[in-house]
Amino acid sequence: MTKKDEKIEYVKNGKRLDGRKVDEIRPLKMKVGVLPNADGSAYLEWGQNKVLVGVHGPKEALPKHKQNPYKGLVRFTYRMASFSVPDRKNPRPGRRESEISKVSGEALEKAIFLERFPNCAIDIYVEIFDSNAGSRAAGITAASLALADAGIPMKDLVCAVGVGKAGGEIILDLNKDEEDAPDAVDIPIAIMPRTEEITLLQMDGPLTKPEWSKAVKLGIQGCKQVHEAQKEALRKKFAEAEKGK
Amino acid sequence: MEKVIWDIEANKVTSLLKEGKRVDGRKFDERRKVTVQKNISDNAEGSAKVNMGKTEVIAGVKMILGTPYPDNLDKGTISVGTELLPLASPQFEVGPPREAAIEIARVVDRGIRESKAIDFKSLCIREGELVWIAFIDFYVTNYDGNAFDAGSIAALAALNETKIPKVEDDKIVKHEYSGKLKLLKQPLLSTVSKIAGELVLDPTLIEEKAQEARFSCAVSDDKTMCAFQKGIGGSFKVSEIDKCIELSFKSAKEIRKLV
Repeated sequence: MTKKDEKIEYVKNGKRLDGRKVDEIRPLKMKVGVLPNADGSAYLEWGQNKVLVGVHGPKEALPKHKQNPYKGLVRFTYRMASFSVPDRKNPRPGRRESEISKVSGEALEKAIFLERFPNCAIDIYVEIFDSNAGSRAAGITAASLALADAGIPMKDLVCAVGVGKAGGEIILDLNKDEEDAPDAVDIPIAIMPRTEEITLLQMDGPLTKPEWSKAVKLGIQGCKQVHEAQKEALRKKFAEAEKGK
Repeated sequence: MEKVIWDIEANKVTSLLKEGKRVDGRKFDERRKVTVQKNISDNAEGSAKVNMGKTEVIAGVKMILGTPYPDNLDKGTISVGTELLPLASPQFEVGPPREAAIEIARVVDRGIRESKAIDFKSLCIREGELVWIAFIDFYVTNYDGNAFDAGSIAALAALNETKIPKVEDDKIVKHEYSGKLKLLKQPLLSTVSKIAGELVLDPTLIEEKAQEARFSCAVSDDKTMCAFQKGIGGSFKVSEIDKCIELSFKSAKEIRKLV
């Protein structure tokens, strides 16, 4: 890692360190239906991030006392492979993974017609194989695709992106170097794009109100770019299925 | 059976809110009464007990000598832990902290860490070798909702009292202190529940049972926010988040006088 240096210009002549514009997301690659044993699955590459998601269910929620007679449960497991970060990660699930799993599952709940699945559980497993900032946004985006692939009825897809600040500039989809800026602010955000309702929002400050207003606009715009890529990936899968018939 | 009772209680919360009322008579933007009692543990370097309505939290800080992280050789650090003790509520179970407790601890941690309230460089004794780690642990001893805010108030109150132990030959001299931990900011968390489309500050347990979504915002002064956390399955519009932020600035200003 580069030594944190106050003098780095994170945006110079409208260009970032990796050549992107302030409102540009890293290249996205998505594929739907990649795991034969899962009810739904997706693979996502987002910059250096590589994510595999499998959805199992809806199925009977066990243990039984966890069942909700009114609606289905969403159980989200976010895990990072030991080799997915520069220093080896202890494969035992940590507190960070627990928290990300909790908020990511909650970010998807509202989009799913859970009331149609009383006493059931929908299990979502997200495995990160390579990471470079923004892996939770990648996980949620891919999980939403896997849910669609599993044929689970949803009001909308959920799309996510990281927005934030580095070197005094509000920028979209921070990479690791930007996230390590001395004044870095990271704001993961997920929305249901049709209504622009926010279903995930976290922030590591410090941030002022005017900066927040700018960041949330950029974040929603970024989510919508991600949404276009999601739709394209789903269309491609069903076009292929149509051809194969 | 328990679930049915909670549903009835939650329905009461929702129907009253539609009439513009909260079950305990508070205004939507009103906090429960907060009392702070400091120095409740002699062995802790700093400690406090917070009562927020019927929610009670006990926090303590232990200053421990350790080695710095390889990417921050000239900095000490903090660690925040929470336990939702089984004695605090029939809904809490014995065992290590699970998701709910981990989330609370991590959000309180972010509020303190990202506010830059503690100058981590000042916690460095010898670069690359010896630094202070402030272990901030809080225990929920009676639960009636919103352990986020109660924990944040207790953690800050305890930090404000924290003394730094005397060090001789790289070892802590017990019960002797070299000074106080200096706090540059006073970060505080405020949590808002969205229930039946309404936003209410500082939810009680039955309000939590009725909530569709939750939003917490930590602010470190009158202009700066240092952490956000949205939780629970529902959603917020941007305008609602903005309203929550306003409430957080207003609420933190009042609480800051107590810690």
